[in-house]
Amino acid sequence: MGLQIAFWILAAMIIGSALAVVFLKNVFRAAIALISCFIGIAGIYVTLSADFLAGAQVLIYIGGISVLILLVILLTHNIPQGSPANRLRVPAFLLAVVFLGLMIFSILNTNFPVSRRTPIEPTTVALGNLLFSQEYVLPLLTVGMLLLSAILGAIVLAREK
Amino acid sequence: MSLGLEHYLILSACLFAIGLFGALSKKNTIVVLMCIEMMLNAVNITMVAFSRYVTPQFLTGQVFAIFIMVVAAAEAAVGLAILIAIYRAHKTIDSDKINSMKD
Repeated sequence: MGLQIAFWILAAMIIGSALAVVFLKNVFRAAIALISCFIGIAGIYVTLSADFLAGAQVLIYIGGISVLILLVILLTHNIPQGSPANRLRVPAFLLAVVFLGLMIFSILNTNFPVSRRTPIEPTTVALGNLLFSQEYVLPLLTVGMLLLSAILGAIVLAREK
Repeated sequence: MSLGLEHYLILSACLFAIGLFGALSKKNTIVVLMCIEMMLNAVNITMVAFSRYVTPQFLTGQVFAIFIMVVAAAEAAVGLAILIAIYRAHKTIDSDKINSMKD
């Protein structure tokens, strides 16, 4: 019962702040709403018994990406201009509504093979063992290389000439 | 009515649709990037929900979510660096005015 109440509160928070990100005029306020959206998603991970991912969500998204976005908003002085919509607004809205309808239709009409077993908890040890096992160690190292090259690329792009 | 897989999937579909609308219809490039982050997060919710409800004895979905998070971080860093470079060259980040490759 407590899980359900938590889910509905978090879902309302996520959808509300996502709508605020899209519809707020002030870009800085939209970024603050994005942080609240990320916090709600971390809570959703907790209700899904993914404790490590909830922590990683707080560290990476709230601590890293949101701060980066806020910094770029301050660097580009674009707050007075706001975030107006371009001429694609109506087609984009229709596309999003059609996509949402299709997704909800297919979700409600699919019979998912839901398992009754209890999930692994806590997940940190199991995730660490899995990431460094035979199957995932090559993707793990590749993603490390990707991160390194992305950081180098970001430095080269943002550097003063 | 107990909490099921469908609740999480519909929540993530709503978040993805909102992000899609924002990413396609906004002029400010920072808002477009924020909406892309929201869409990646919606996919992550789907991955973790499937991992929790369909294969709770494995953590495959959570491993995928971790990889998506890393790629999202790399994408945000490079995207925002490109934004700063564009702002320095053109003094704007309006996606309608960044069209020098068009003509």
